[in-house]
Amino acid sequence: MTSQNAMPTYLGMPSFPDAAREAVADARLRGNLAHATGTIRERRAAAVAELDDWEALRESGKQLKDHVLANLGHYLRRLEEKVTEAGGTVHWARDAAEANRIVADLVKATGETEVVKVKSMATQEIGLNEALAEEGIAAYETDLAELIVQLGHDRPSHILVPAIHRNRSDIRDIFRKEMPDAPADLTDAPADLAEAARRHLRAKFLSAKVAVSGVNFAVADTGTLVVLESEGNGRMCLTLPETLISVMGVEKIVPTMRDLEVFLQLLPRSSTAERMNPYTSAWTGVHPGDGPRDFHLVLLDNGRTDTLADEVGRQALRCIRCSACLNVCPVYERAGGHAYGSPYPGPIGAILSPQIRGIGSDVDASLPYASSLCGACFEACPVAIDIPEVLVHLRARAVEDGPRHPVERAAMTAAGWTLRSPARLALAQRAASASRRIVAPRGRIRRLPGPLNAWTETRDAPAPPKESFRAWWARTDGGRTDERTEEGQ
Amino acid sequence: MKVALFLTCVNDTMYPETGKAMVRLLRRLGHDVEFPAGQTCCGQMHLNTGYRTQAKHLVKGFAETFDGYDAVVTPSASCAAMIRDWHPRLAPRTAGLASRVHELTEFLVDVLGVTDVGAYYPHRVTYHPTCHSLRMLHVGDRPLRLLKEVRGIDLVDLPDATQCCGFGGTFALKNAEVSAAMCADKVTAVRETGAETLCAADNSCLMHIGGALTRTRAGVRTVHLAEILASTEEEPA
Amino acid sequence: MSAREEILRRIDGIVPARPAADVAADYARVDRGYARRHHEDGVLDLLAERVADYRATVLRASEADLPRVIAERLAARPGAYGVPSGLPDEWLADVPAELVRDPAVADLDGLAGAVTGCAAAIAETGTIVLDHGAGQGPRALSLVPDYHLIIVRAAQVAPDVPEALERLDPSRPLTMVSGPSATSDIELSRVEGVHGPRTLEVVIAE
Repeated sequence: MTSQNAMPTYLGMPSFPDAAREAVADARLRGNLAHATGTIRERRAAAVAELDDWEALRESGKQLKDHVLANLGHYLRRLEEKVTEAGGTVHWARDAAEANRIVADLVKATGETEVVKVKSMATQEIGLNEALAEEGIAAYETDLAELIVQLGHDRPSHILVPAIHRNRSDIRDIFRKEMPDAPADLTDAPADLAEAARRHLRAKFLSAKVAVSGVNFAVADTGTLVVLESEGNGRMCLTLPETLISVMGVEKIVPTMRDLEVFLQLLPRSSTAERMNPYTSAWTGVHPGDGPRDFHLVLLDNGRTDTLADEVGRQALRCIRCSACLNVCPVYERAGGHAYGSPYPGPIGAILSPQIRGIGSDVDASLPYASSLCGACFEACPVAIDIPEVLVHLRARAVEDGPRHPVERAAMTAAGWTLRSPARLALAQRAASASRRIVAPRGRIRRLPGPLNAWTETRDAPAPPKESFRAWWARTDGGRTDERTEEGQ
Repeated sequence: MKVALFLTCVNDTMYPETGKAMVRLLRRLGHDVEFPAGQTCCGQMHLNTGYRTQAKHLVKGFAETFDGYDAVVTPSASCAAMIRDWHPRLAPRTAGLASRVHELTEFLVDVLGVTDVGAYYPHRVTYHPTCHSLRMLHVGDRPLRLLKEVRGIDLVDLPDATQCCGFGGTFALKNAEVSAAMCADKVTAVRETGAETLCAADNSCLMHIGGALTRTRAGVRTVHLAEILASTEEEPA
Repeated sequence: MSAREEILRRIDGIVPARPAADVAADYARVDRGYARRHHEDGVLDLLAERVADYRATVLRASEADLPRVIAERLAARPGAYGVPSGLPDEWLADVPAELVRDPAVADLDGLAGAVTGCAAAIAETGTIVLDHGAGQGPRALSLVPDYHLIIVRAAQVAPDVPEALERLDPSRPLTMVSGPSATSDIELSRVEGVHGPRTLEVVIAE
């Protein structure tokens, strides 16, 4: 069932290294990203350090998520039952196209041609806005950053702060150009920009009849849905319209209300580095006299069951979309979010997208390699997803099932053959030592041939030594008869 | 205690001086080491590039070579982490051996119980804690505790020390631009310290940073921690 | 086959469904080594400090002093205020401003602000929880107007997240409020006041 159609708006993206090449050369992007991730890194560390039971919370969060995944059928059936009892309607969608069809039909049934949206990763993933537009339905993003992205005809580049690649003057220019009611003398002060967005969207909120949201947590035991946000646009969308449609991945479940005590501590501190985000809304079905009269929940598979089927890769489904891994990732900080070719950038994207979409395309086969395996993401993850482990696991899958790289395969096979035998290794070492005067006349190598030139474009390579350690050991009886060589390294 | 030196393929082939320093240092502390000739590679490059079958062959070879030793010591945190974290997953029977493999600073501090190894190194040094030493092996402050006891040393803090240098094995080739950008920032941090020597516990990362340091004529040399710890007034590194 | 059947069949094929009792036993084994509470005393001071950290205004008052404090806060801003039924009349006895009891949603945008009670508060995080029961009004009341004054009673304050959640009824709509509306979407620098109330004032009544 996985296919490139899982994320329809991201078809035909270039492989990660090609996309990253442009980003690395973009000085303004690099500056924006370094500043933003540096800021949030320090704040998150402080917010986490404040709780001396952080590791215990993290362990509970991990175990709760694993427990849900191990009993997913049970909890999905229970959630459906409870949401229905509370007056909501539950829909199931196998993939993006089916989810988009369900939402579009629900909107059409209301007779409306506009919807307001709360920022949601799931609807980004399925390309809902584009699908609705094809049906003549305009979707208005109401989160400030999503609005910046939408008005800028852009793509989000971060899970939490989708416009992280834009700075204040970029945003002012976008608003002046694309927001009809933006003041002509709009400054680039963040407070003024936020004020312009407030005025721009207020009328929309007060008149909107249909809203679409994602879901942070769904409590199976009670049918309660939870959305965390900061600006109040979420509250507006969840409260004022008559019809509310929420789209959630099937993995978003927690068993009982009690479990929120874990996740409401883990998530805000990991994502925005706050003790608590400004607004959290929870609702259970329909509440007479307060909020929407009609509530629909769309349960989305879209490659999640394929991910569940991989026992190592499954842990990616623990993700609570906090973005801590992006903020600590040195690769994300330099390549930016767009290079990942999916709404899920950074380390989590590198393990989630290839599993949701499958590993057949160039971009998906390249994503598991978009990491130096430095381990900062695993350390920061509030549900202890061992991202490096999954990356290595997916690399093996890419070699087995992904696009072929015959040159690399030949080189790896040759290296493996040499390293399997001490004698062959010694022979190769002697050949390298013999060539040292030719390849490195000044003690280091300025240019390597073929694909290895990727190294020497920016770095020297060391010259091979006069003799390998094993040769020295054999010649000197383990150094017992050694005259210290006059020539060091 | 029967101690074996696992030097690693990179050090054996490219950095024999690190191996010689290991031998000198451990003998000075009263422990003879053997160098089993059957050793080659821990399999990390193959595993981390996706060639699991090749890696498994090398894991098997490692186990056959080192099985008879009470302790195995290696001057690479990255390879030590590969052996301890991954070997048992790839070949469950190797779990016992994996737990007897120690990275140099672990071996000195935890097994031998020393931090002052009698070294002398009169230079300004900054230390780069490699990612795998920090986040896979969890060596903590052991390397710094060893360095602080070195006589004559002027040890200076590296800014943003825990940031990855961008080596990442084949990452440096597959994502050369991002890798180079990470390396450039590391080089900037190293130069800010005014150190003449950059030290680390992994020659692969030092090869990466060092390659950029010489390319930019930074005038900073890279030295493996073992060579500083082996250095004395009589036999300076 | 329906989408529901197909998805559940796939899931059951990967992680076979088990009897509810087994799932419950498994759930009971989840490790919960974290602290139920981080704070024992000084809970009201902590709440005041943590709410103020979000750049909200915090006031302390005795129950007897509440009417005067509320009247003073509302006198500082011209306009009419929305108040929900169930808010004690004596709290509002001294208010000079016009009070609109249970305003219609359509009229909220024209109000200067709203005054509500709450269901619980969390000292550790500086969070106030509304369940929109008596004295709190429907969700829109404390959302659309630009100013929100919340009265928190000392007995409603829990030290930490776990104990606060225990006090809540999940069948009710819940809104957790931690400071005024805010965004960090522009260069990660925090700006207060986006779509929700730009000013949050909290009176802790002892």
